[in-house]
Amino acid sequence: MTDKPETDRNDADPRRRSVSPTVSALQEWFVREVLPLEAMLMQFLRRSGRSKSDIDDLVQDVYVRVCEAAANEIPVPAKPFVFTVARNLLIDRLRREHVVPIETVEDLDALGIAIDMPGPDQTLIAREELRRVQAALDRLPRRAREAVVLRKIEGLSWKEIGQRMGIAERTVNRHLTDAMHALADQLYGDPPDFRKKPDVRRKP
Amino acid sequence: MSDDMSDTQDVRAQAAEWLARRDRGPWGEADQAALEAWMAQSWANATAFWRLDAAWNRADRLSAMRSAPGNRLLHALGGHFTPVLFRAAAAALVIAFAGTAAFYGLQPGENSYETTVGGHETLTLGDGTKVELNTDTKVRVSQDRRTVWLDRGEAYFDVMHDAARPFVVMVGEHRVTDLGTKFLVRQNTNRVEVSLFEGRAQLDSVGNWSGQRSATLTPGDVAVATATSMSVMKKPEKMLSGELGWRRGVLIFHHTSLAQAAAEFNRYNRRKLVIADAGAAHLTIDGTFQADNIEDFARLAQLVLGVRTENRGSEIAIMR
Repeated sequence: MTDKPETDRNDADPRRRSVSPTVSALQEWFVREVLPLEAMLMQFLRRSGRSKSDIDDLVQDVYVRVCEAAANEIPVPAKPFVFTVARNLLIDRLRREHVVPIETVEDLDALGIAIDMPGPDQTLIAREELRRVQAALDRLPRRAREAVVLRKIEGLSWKEIGQRMGIAERTVNRHLTDAMHALADQLYGDPPDFRKKPDVRRKP
Repeated sequence: MSDDMSDTQDVRAQAAEWLARRDRGPWGEADQAALEAWMAQSWANATAFWRLDAAWNRADRLSAMRSAPGNRLLHALGGHFTPVLFRAAAAALVIAFAGTAAFYGLQPGENSYETTVGGHETLTLGDGTKVELNTDTKVRVSQDRRTVWLDRGEAYFDVMHDAARPFVVMVGEHRVTDLGTKFLVRQNTNRVEVSLFEGRAQLDSVGNWSGQRSATLTPGDVAVATATSMSVMKKPEKMLSGELGWRRGVLIFHHTSLAQAAAEFNRYNRRKLVIADAGAAHLTIDGTFQADNIEDFARLAQLVLGVRTENRGSEIAIMR
């Protein structure tokens, strides 16, 4: 991120360097356009027979490469770009490992996700959003869920959460950071509809 | 970084530490600068933080479940949920209260559910039948969960058909019997509207003096029944689906007069739209609007229809 765009100047005069987004614009774009693709991306990578931790790494690498490119110019639309990056990364990885003959790599497109298939609905209305978050919350470990409820619903401070749950603040810290990871995985990476039928092939 | 397999876990753990530090507070400018410096070290750091931060922000939605009786919570009048219980039990109960599971917690017998102005709730009955309540609506559900009385407002029914146990909706002096269906029932002053989306249903008037009127409805049918009459017409699919906009929180208008549009908005909002002269009432409008945002609608009407609007506190007046 050494070639970070000059945020202030861009904000002041968007015409001057209209193609380079500011960091905050990049973040906003990443959250809106790229993160919702994570579940599909994981599904795509899973088809290639990668292990779970391998998939996490690949996803992270995809994000890095996508942002490197987007820092110069935000790709529109995002989805084909993200999946092209993922595909190329996967090919690199497979080549390096000498595990899979190159012909197989050429079949990668047949692995699954059509690039023009409609993406997740990014305008989830409030109620559906609440339901999804509730479902994610539901799957947290009991104590972590309790801590999140006290924090987000009752609006307690960390200190008050510790008192209410009868635990030390560093335990509150553990529960909440666990919850942060789990919520991100469930809201972006592994929503239930994808988990239920991981073998469904989508045709282009 | 792609060579080191443990990096992702490590980066995400660091991102979570930053997020936790910020969430715990206090968080000053120096902290923010330190976070930004850490993120500027690599795109991996930045994206890992954005990802966790975005998910954690989405969990803010949960604050909607904070006691907002006018808006969120369904009043389960026959139930045994009490504020005391609500406070004492932690997460699981909170979820149950806000979710459809509230139904199962109720005592046997007839149960009553209502939404307030702007409210919207879904009941799931034991057999999977769903009843979705629109704004300002009251229903009662029989003990066997196969009869629902629509006492006020509007509800959408998605019925699990069971030939042995017909599902019946009672609206005033009218009875809708499901023959495997999705349908919408709306009660207005003096009249009942039933719109059929899937399957078949039968509508009967069962009042003493209204005579025995019946109609069998098929998809696309909209029946209007009053105490003395019943008529059925076909509506184009586009218009029919427009009637379900509220399930997504929107109102959909096709050549709808401003007067009708205002009446629709007024069902969902405490702040009312008033059409102050007849000239404005007959202008027509098309489009999809957020049901809970009359201000936006008024602004748009001003722009598109050239009407004037006047802010009068508890109401917005529209005139030519």
